[in-house]
Amino acid sequence: MTRRAITVENLSKLYRIGERSASSLRDAVAGWFTRNGGDPAKGEFWALRDVSFDVGEGETLGIIGGNGAGKSTLLKILSRITKPTKGSAEIRGRVGSLLEVGTGFHNELTGRENIYLNGAVLGMRRAEIERKFDEIVAFSEIEEFLDTPVKHYSSGMYMRLAFSVAAHLEPEILIVDEVLAVGDVNFQKKCLGKMRDVGRSGRTVLFVSHDMAAVSRICDRAIVLSHGRVAAEGPAGEAIREYLSGASSALRAERIFEDSHPQPASEVVRLKRVRIVDQSGAVCARFDIRNEIGIEATYEVIKPGHVLLPNFQIYNQERVHIFTIQDVVSEWSDRPKERGEFTSTAWIPGNLMAEGSFTVNAAVVTYLPRMTVHFNALDAVSFDVFDPMTGDTARGHFAGTMEGVVRPIVKWETLNKR
Amino acid sequence: MQQQEITRIVPKGRWHRSLDLADIWRHRELLYFLTWRDVRVRYKQTAIGIAWAVLQPVLTTAIFTVIFSTFARFETGNVPYPLFALSGLMIWLYVHTAVTLAAGSFVGNANLVTKVYFPRLIVPLASVLAGLVDLLVSFVILALLMAYYGVVPDVQVALAPLFVLSALLLAASFGILFSALNVRFRDVKFGLPFLLQVWMIVSPVFYPLSLLSEKWRLVFALNPLTGILEGLRSSLFGAPLDWQVIAISTASLAVLMVASVLVFKSMEDDFADLI
Repeated sequence: MTRRAITVENLSKLYRIGERSASSLRDAVAGWFTRNGGDPAKGEFWALRDVSFDVGEGETLGIIGGNGAGKSTLLKILSRITKPTKGSAEIRGRVGSLLEVGTGFHNELTGRENIYLNGAVLGMRRAEIERKFDEIVAFSEIEEFLDTPVKHYSSGMYMRLAFSVAAHLEPEILIVDEVLAVGDVNFQKKCLGKMRDVGRSGRTVLFVSHDMAAVSRICDRAIVLSHGRVAAEGPAGEAIREYLSGASSALRAERIFEDSHPQPASEVVRLKRVRIVDQSGAVCARFDIRNEIGIEATYEVIKPGHVLLPNFQIYNQERVHIFTIQDVVSEWSDRPKERGEFTSTAWIPGNLMAEGSFTVNAAVVTYLPRMTVHFNALDAVSFDVFDPMTGDTARGHFAGTMEGVVRPIVKWETLNKR
Repeated sequence: MQQQEITRIVPKGRWHRSLDLADIWRHRELLYFLTWRDVRVRYKQTAIGIAWAVLQPVLTTAIFTVIFSTFARFETGNVPYPLFALSGLMIWLYVHTAVTLAAGSFVGNANLVTKVYFPRLIVPLASVLAGLVDLLVSFVILALLMAYYGVVPDVQVALAPLFVLSALLLAASFGILFSALNVRFRDVKFGLPFLLQVWMIVSPVFYPLSLLSEKWRLVFALNPLTGILEGLRSSLFGAPLDWQVIAISTASLAVLMVASVLVFKSMEDDFADLI
């Protein structure tokens, strides 16, 4: 058995919202007087709870999980930026952590000066920086601007320089956050290549990413974090499948209404099941932004002779009602249904939804002769959409935070008049 | 493989941690680079650059000379008033600048604190060290002024570096204290300038301590800056050293240093979560 490079035992981190960030003396003084009477449980949350795992020497471990799953908190604790509330960890070997590239860069300083400064910030020795200086400069492709203050750099040049320094960090244990989520896609490929080399060179790597493809390519093993706990652990491929299926999270891609109370039903129709499915018809909770998402309702018609339109309302995680879809196109859109069981599936096209988590209300309505909502099952199912960062999504080569409630790819026309 | 570094990560405790000077020593190059950055950046955007380091003490000395040697006529012994004032002002300006910069250092370096580990003490220490460049410039001006007035230091001048070191330790103590408090209480930003103003007035920066009665001299000696200013002047200008004042000030400085480090250590674990 190989030696352990990282041992994590019951690591927990409690954050207090509001109370802790008393930023004026007056609040603090007021706090001394109300300490006993105050409610300690108010606004507390565990960003990390009883997380335990090991990483063997030379192993590459991926950490995956949705927003707020505790990935960043875990990395911050292992990087010694913040301390845990409970539990402990032991790390054997020189640690280098990259929670960001370009940390400590100063705009007024030249590229050359920033290489030294950033190197020192990342924990490189001066002799080490001097030895690798030419290599760093060559990698960054900014030779001619080496003595220009970085405030005059384009953002691409800035990122290239910042990454070049980071890429030449050679610790025994490397901790990497989503540093790849900055810069352009080509640049990310360069990062990934470098990361793989680091993994192969026998170093221990802890790698956090949204990019499932990258995790499965680079990592031997992965753990899935969900709500601050380890929800799954295993070979990278398996852990990713587990994550994508939603089994390890609060996502609910299938819901059966057999015995639920109150049952979504009227005297005409009764809801039996709602599922989120992929193109193959399998239940799926996490979708590549490019793929079609199927929302499927199965319902039993009790009383025949009504035009019954399945109707889904889609909300994002900010509870913004993104859109409502109902069957106005199929042969059933104006045809009364007989008694029996029906399954209707609505297909949301790929490259329409934004990234994030979504919940679905499932209803069946009739408009004619008068409007009737037979039932509306609130928050029936939920799913996630992620962007694989491959360059062919609506992001193009942009890798930062993209705003907006939808993210369509639309048709473009450009005329060139001379 | 060689001896391996082992890092243990445990929950924060209370008061039990050591200063861990070894860790600071391991990060000495970072301290050097941060200091160097602060020096580079400070004058880079100014029109006349490092000339400010000359102008500031010279102009202040000139103003004080006009006011206090013409109107107030302080008795400064054999020492011409401009020399007396400059020697006090340069130490004061150093302490003032260093403490002010250090106090804001965590807020200014928030991106470092939230993204990288290093002993947190390095941040305010770098600000305190960066101010030494200005102090060095002031010493050159002082030497020129001493030559102009024909004041030749005697063998006592060998003690001067000790008082400069004390000034450094004093600036570091207040610097780290206020840097930590400023993370938690942004009141520091408003309170500190006022506090510094009062401090200057109760320190013998522009008046001689001999102005005061024996009893008040000892009370004033509780202010560490008093011993530093008196000691430095005596060692530079060959006057007898007032060991009583120096001893009280040094003891007071020692207490301040310990207290500052303790306060800092008790607060530093929360910096990354609070900034």
